[in-house]
Amino acid sequence: MSDFLLEIGLEEVPARMIASAEAELGRRVNDLLTRERLLGPAAGVTTYSTPRRLAVLVHDVLATQADTEEKLTGPSWKVAFKDDAPTAAAEAFAKKAGVAVSALEKVTTPKGEYVGTTFTRNGRAATELLATELPKEVLGIYWAKNMYWRAGKPERFVRPVRWLVAMLDAKVIDLEIAGIAAGNTSRGHRILHADHPVVLPLAKSYAETLRSAKVVVDVAERRQSIRKALDAATRTVPGARWREDEALVETVVHLTEWPTIILGEFEAEYLALPEEVLVTVMRDHQKYFAVEGADGKLAPHFLAVLNTQVDDAGRDIIRHGNARVLRARFKDARFFWDFDQKTPLAERVDSLKAVTFQKELGSYHWKTEGNLRVTQNLEAKLLSDYGVRFDPYRLKTAVRLAKTDLTTELVKEFTELQGIIGGLYARTQGLGEVVAQAIYDQYKPASTDDAIPSTIEGRVLGLADRIQTITAMFSIGNAPTGSKDPFALRRAANAIVKILAESGLPLTLGDVVDAGGAEGAAREQVAAFLRERLHFYLKDVRGYAYDVVNAVLAAGADDVRDAIARAEALTAVRGSDDFAAISAAFKRIKNILRQAEEKKFAIGSAKDAKLSAEAQQLDDAAAALAPEVASLRQIRSYNEALALIATLRPNVDTFFDEVMVLDSDEKLRGAHLGLIDGVLRNFSTIADFSEIVVS
Amino acid sequence: MPTATKSTAKAADNTKAAPLTFQELLFRLQGFWAARGCVLQQPYDVEVGAGTMAPETFLRVLGPKPYRVGYAQPSRRPADGRYGENPNRLFKHTQFQLILKPPPVNVQELYLESLESIGIDLGQHDLKFEEDNWEWPAGGAWGVGWQVMLDGLEITQFTYFQQCGGLDLDPICAELTYGLERIAAFLQDVDSIYDIIWAIDPDTGAPVTYGDVRLQEELQFSVYNFEFADVPKLWEHFNMYEAEAQALLTQAGELLKNEESTATEKRRFPLLATYELALKCSHLFNLLDARGAISVTERVGVIGRIRNLVVGVAKAYALQQAA
Repeated sequence: MSDFLLEIGLEEVPARMIASAEAELGRRVNDLLTRERLLGPAAGVTTYSTPRRLAVLVHDVLATQADTEEKLTGPSWKVAFKDDAPTAAAEAFAKKAGVAVSALEKVTTPKGEYVGTTFTRNGRAATELLATELPKEVLGIYWAKNMYWRAGKPERFVRPVRWLVAMLDAKVIDLEIAGIAAGNTSRGHRILHADHPVVLPLAKSYAETLRSAKVVVDVAERRQSIRKALDAATRTVPGARWREDEALVETVVHLTEWPTIILGEFEAEYLALPEEVLVTVMRDHQKYFAVEGADGKLAPHFLAVLNTQVDDAGRDIIRHGNARVLRARFKDARFFWDFDQKTPLAERVDSLKAVTFQKELGSYHWKTEGNLRVTQNLEAKLLSDYGVRFDPYRLKTAVRLAKTDLTTELVKEFTELQGIIGGLYARTQGLGEVVAQAIYDQYKPASTDDAIPSTIEGRVLGLADRIQTITAMFSIGNAPTGSKDPFALRRAANAIVKILAESGLPLTLGDVVDAGGAEGAAREQVAAFLRERLHFYLKDVRGYAYDVVNAVLAAGADDVRDAIARAEALTAVRGSDDFAAISAAFKRIKNILRQAEEKKFAIGSAKDAKLSAEAQQLDDAAAALAPEVASLRQIRSYNEALALIATLRPNVDTFFDEVMVLDSDEKLRGAHLGLIDGVLRNFSTIADFSEIVVS
Repeated sequence: MPTATKSTAKAADNTKAAPLTFQELLFRLQGFWAARGCVLQQPYDVEVGAGTMAPETFLRVLGPKPYRVGYAQPSRRPADGRYGENPNRLFKHTQFQLILKPPPVNVQELYLESLESIGIDLGQHDLKFEEDNWEWPAGGAWGVGWQVMLDGLEITQFTYFQQCGGLDLDPICAELTYGLERIAAFLQDVDSIYDIIWAIDPDTGAPVTYGDVRLQEELQFSVYNFEFADVPKLWEHFNMYEAEAQALLTQAGELLKNEESTATEKRRFPLLATYELALKCSHLFNLLDARGAISVTERVGVIGRIRNLVVGVAKAYALQQAA
């Protein structure tokens, strides 16, 4: 029972790529050892990483593979043995298999009789297998961006490989990756351990040996220690809390080998800047955590995660340096804020002509005009068809000014704040809360987890902006294909679906597509794209089973909220016995109707022939239920409607047990087909039950 | 509270030698890298936006010949000018640019030593290599690397050049770009670039500041770049430089591909002069941009014209080197 360790020493790997690469390395090594039958019964794989290393430690690795018995088949028996005496062919085969001629046996196969034998294949040593197989696995790791570094370009990797550790217990495995020979020597922290070599006595002592060289190789441990240290540092400010930011925690976890925290301050005067700007500067530009007071408002402090440990004097120096950078950035932001006020948003509409939206389509001025047209279409629908109340005048102002913040210095500096800055400026410039909030929220939801805009005006703006983009991009052939979606149109469409799902706006997907202005085949292309995103939303965001989603959408995919209500109701009844039977029956109906169509059987009406008692019962029951189900569907009482449909089960079961649907009598057959076709039509308006998978 | 912090930090620094002046900073870096085998070049005397565009980088990285060079490159970005009023932004800043071709395996360690050589005690600071990839589309050039962060301040761009002029580099090279103004302001702990001490008179101890040396230039060039530069003339200059560069490139193309031309004929062809003409176009584009004279529709096209010249020179240069 041995321990295997592999550590790949690298120049600093981009933080965003480390976690997936660490997992992939673990998977690859595990698969390799499994494939090569080198894992013992108590085997366990542990992975580690820091910015400068990826490592994997496997417990209970076998030193050699177990021997295997293998069967080998040779020439046909008739060729190998003449009159029971072995021929040259038999001797050659025995030699190849490494056995005596006497060990050959007769193997009978469907093709005839052959010579066969069983021989023992000796297991190979783990060190030997790993030496040949590991380099391929390591160099096969996926990186979002690779580089060459050696002359002649022999390999690509995320960053240059600088050292390599490969050990089975205390023994070095003789292998080479990217020109680096493996050894038992790692490296410690660049500064705290002066980057000195660290000799590992045993594979299994990896983590503790590195710890003594000021490197915490365990990612979870670094994460926990950073969180604790953030808590501890924040406690020195009474009532304060650090702003939770999981993504930022992950980033700093992958930027450090020996994390510590400092709490710094900035001048309270900068708190006059909007919180969004302050937080963006701290989080996105400096990777600092923001601190809030007991009142939930930002406090003039920041938390920086260091990749070192220093004495008090050093802490002062580092705190001072970080505060200096932050102050300069805040000062810039304030300068831009003040500068931008000299030209109000309302005077910036024309300058949008100089900002490209898409080079084949036009500028953001063109885009704004498009958005205005789409908004007008949506507005007409909402006000006159649906009677929704909102402020069309202010909505129009919001749409007209929505993109003008792209011309401001602050957005040029902090592009991630587009929309938000526009909203803040609109508020400052007295355009009113409705306009300001709509502009502020226009890019929401930014993802499937994000909230939708908080006002009707913001929602309509969000819908108009996105359907305009999708329609225009489709019109010049920029629809997403496969994994390629350079204009993030899927995200835009996801946002449309989410807004419709969660806003209570009575618009359908069709209404939105029409407002976008596409016609003919283009309209159908856009509509199909949105339906596909609705499918995604129901399945991946809402988590409905795929067969429920298929069933529901087959019965209508235009009204998003209605589709959700139907999916919800169907999910509730799906597990019941009665419903499983109904689903099976509907599947059967579909199959029979398909057969009938193939054979060109005419579908008649249940009234065309004298039905058997069982068929008549089904017809009566269905006729009684149909209007009830239809009216329940009308008022969207889907649970009740489905419960009612489930009561058809005894009649359906008896019908299929007793009735030969495709009777040889043409009239009777036509009547049966008419009957089941009617059942299918009348009861598939909520969902196509035949899509439901019954185990 | 910030004041208290500041005085403590000062006190800590006071135990050490006085921070380097701006010019001493440059001397130290030059000395450090000269001692490690770098040729020290003078700044390139044609306007460039970055040290990368100087031929010592852009053309030397092509082809197989090893090379190590360092130079301070004044880098002009007309649109970044702020009339000398913004303490952190300049029309012209100074990059100390270093090319190590091929990069030694201990290039990061050498870089850290260079920081120690300018008085940064790494044991008292926080240093991180954070992903930052670099790209110059008009030059068909890109690389992967890091921004080096010291106590939250980006002090160096560290790039492993992968492609230049649309050509794969082999060997690749390491490009280190030190932002001298930022580093000096950091070392001297001043909040404005203009307060950086450029030099100290050894006799009188009187300081000369960055503002003394450069403020007037920042002001006047901001005024020129934003207000006075004559747009029709800039276009005229652009077109003339482009036409000459294009004509030279055409001749170069014929010469370098002609099997009958001799190696001597090929090697004497003035591609370096052609490259200067291309750089002129690039700078004129930046001026036109600062004047707001380039419309959206024109923009892509003009960048494409510059790219044709720059990438054209790089390709021809690679052929010429192989001749």
